[in-house]
Amino acid sequence: MQARDALNYDYSVAKCFTYAAILFGIVGMLIGVVIAYQMAFPELNYLAGEYGTFSRLRPLHTSGVIFGFLLSGIFAAWYYIGQRVLKVSIAESPFLMFISKLHFWLYMILMVCAVISLFMGISTSKEYAELEWPLDILVVVVWVLWGLNIFGLIGIRREKTLYISMWYFIATFLGVAMLYLFNNMEVPTYFVAGTGKWYHSVSMYAGSNDAMVQWWYGHNAVAFIFTVPIIAMIYYFLPKESGQPVFSYKLSLLSFWGLMFVYLWAGGHHLLYSTVPDWVQTMGSIFSIILILPSWGSAINILLTMKGQWGQLKENPLIKLMIFASTFYMFSTLEGPILAIKSVNALAHFTDWVPGHVHDGTLGWVGFMIMAALYHMAPRMFNREIFSKKLIEAQFWIQTTGIVLYFSSMWIAGITQGMMWRATDQFGNLAYSFIDTVTVLIPYYAIRATGGLLYLVGFFIFTYNMYKTMTVSKAIEAEPQNASPMAA
Amino acid sequence: MFHWLERNPFFFAVGVFLVIAYAGVVTILPDFMETARPVVGTKPYTVLQLAGRQVYIKDDCNACHSQLVRPFKSETDRYGMYSLSGEYAYDRPFLWGSKRTGPDLMRVGNYRTSDWHEYHMSDPISVVPGSIMPAYKHMFKNIADIDTAYAEALTVKKVFNTPYDQPDMPKLGTHEEAKKAVMEEAALIVADMKSQEVKEAFKRGEIKEIVALIAYLNSLK
Repeated sequence: MQARDALNYDYSVAKCFTYAAILFGIVGMLIGVVIAYQMAFPELNYLAGEYGTFSRLRPLHTSGVIFGFLLSGIFAAWYYIGQRVLKVSIAESPFLMFISKLHFWLYMILMVCAVISLFMGISTSKEYAELEWPLDILVVVVWVLWGLNIFGLIGIRREKTLYISMWYFIATFLGVAMLYLFNNMEVPTYFVAGTGKWYHSVSMYAGSNDAMVQWWYGHNAVAFIFTVPIIAMIYYFLPKESGQPVFSYKLSLLSFWGLMFVYLWAGGHHLLYSTVPDWVQTMGSIFSIILILPSWGSAINILLTMKGQWGQLKENPLIKLMIFASTFYMFSTLEGPILAIKSVNALAHFTDWVPGHVHDGTLGWVGFMIMAALYHMAPRMFNREIFSKKLIEAQFWIQTTGIVLYFSSMWIAGITQGMMWRATDQFGNLAYSFIDTVTVLIPYYAIRATGGLLYLVGFFIFTYNMYKTMTVSKAIEAEPQNASPMAA
Repeated sequence: MFHWLERNPFFFAVGVFLVIAYAGVVTILPDFMETARPVVGTKPYTVLQLAGRQVYIKDDCNACHSQLVRPFKSETDRYGMYSLSGEYAYDRPFLWGSKRTGPDLMRVGNYRTSDWHEYHMSDPISVVPGSIMPAYKHMFKNIADIDTAYAEALTVKKVFNTPYDQPDMPKLGTHEEAKKAVMEEAALIVADMKSQEVKEAFKRGEIKEIVALIAYLNSLK
């Protein structure tokens, strides 16, 4: 094939991951809404006995959304972007095609096993790394397959220079691989003792060390799953959708290497006032604040890509989704460092402010960006225009309302909680018992759950719109340049 | 240099890896030995306590309860002495938690009793009006997994030199000895409990999850 010919990119795997993202999005967010309502109305805990309690569902929600919805979205984007920026079709290599399909199916098997095992309460207790060792090994296999894909495709590329998105995908692969391996070091007990459950294991690290490793992982899972690959996506999709070049190459260079260097130091901010060494806590705090620079560097670079073209924000709802996503990125990367300041952390740690912070990042930045990406990909993968622009508009406003309800209620709840825990009366005694600080939050929990429900409703609208786009929407002949075609 | 890196993916990947791995090496490794030392009086968990700890993890109690008292007056007034690193020397995994929907449990063994826990687990609002905690009635039905707990204790003893069977430390012994010790320990807790179902099961030689969980919670001091 001549390099100048239009390539026939193969979207079969990207399509599979698109379906998976939608499926796990619904499942993960639905469970999220259920557990949010359970906090406001505890009676809802008893609908399914042992398997319906908040505590069993909570890891299912986090893992379902992070590793189901989010990772599927990232993989879908990779199988779409990777070919295009490297100017090579996966179908050109039977080996890579096989690896891609294996990647998808093993990933699906893994997700099913994960759901079953978490329902059964098989857990290592480590947040976002709850799976026991047999599934950990499967995770590693799935991840290695993805790595083979990335580097295999790079190996046969026609475009010699790696586009910015590729930098971020490579970093995602390496970062998660390193973090996951070290945090999940476990000794299977059955093989040492010869009795008990075969899948049970015990952590290689104890106490404060375990905590350090876990939050080094936990925080940087945020970095390399919530942040880095999403930046990869926006650096590709926003310029494509808007027809504008990325604002500054130098800024993207600076923010990329800055992010790589600074992010990994910040995990310590989860352990302020704990028993890990003071200097680790201080480093965590300081580097969290420095982290504003590379984060805002990327965000500003992305926002300024629209320089002189802000009108597109009115005409194209996909641009609106992406620009809003970046704004939420700036918002939560400012909020995070504020929470990492020791005095603020003393008040906010252990409170509802923290889930609030996580969700304005995930709902606003990650969720919006993934949906925008899937919308952008759909007309090109299915050769049909997007079914309805009006539905995207409706979805946007419903979800934005949901996010605002979510984080505002959680701010108020978190600060209320923190203040009540430390409040003393005139004699210096604690002013409230713990349960006082719980019952006062019920209205905020109800508001939060409703915010989550609105977001889920928006996601159903998205699902419907995507379904219609794939099935009945008007066919298009040539691949659209820039703005995705959509019916009114 | 960066232009060159962008054309050489291998070196690019190596570069990225070094830059991201650096922070972990600097922040995590140096303190590994230091923070792993137990403080005087800290003991490994007995097999029954370990079984309870596994129940605690299975039902994700750590999603809502922390086990870390921070050095603030409000916390030491409420929960007791602030946490020291060495107190966690035998905690695999650590269970500090990240959110307090319920109170901290680091020293709950100092101020709650077996029957309080029993009521709390079967019907939380009977002891804490207004509680939003789910009831964990299935813990009164499910049987505690003593074998896996024994396997865990033996594993940490063999692999990490956790000091079982040493002077003033919990005895582990053989599987049979451990089972016998578990029954003796459980008998004391069952005696404090009100549930007939649990008592009768214990007479048949079954230890319910709730018994193990209470043994664990009582050990948190």
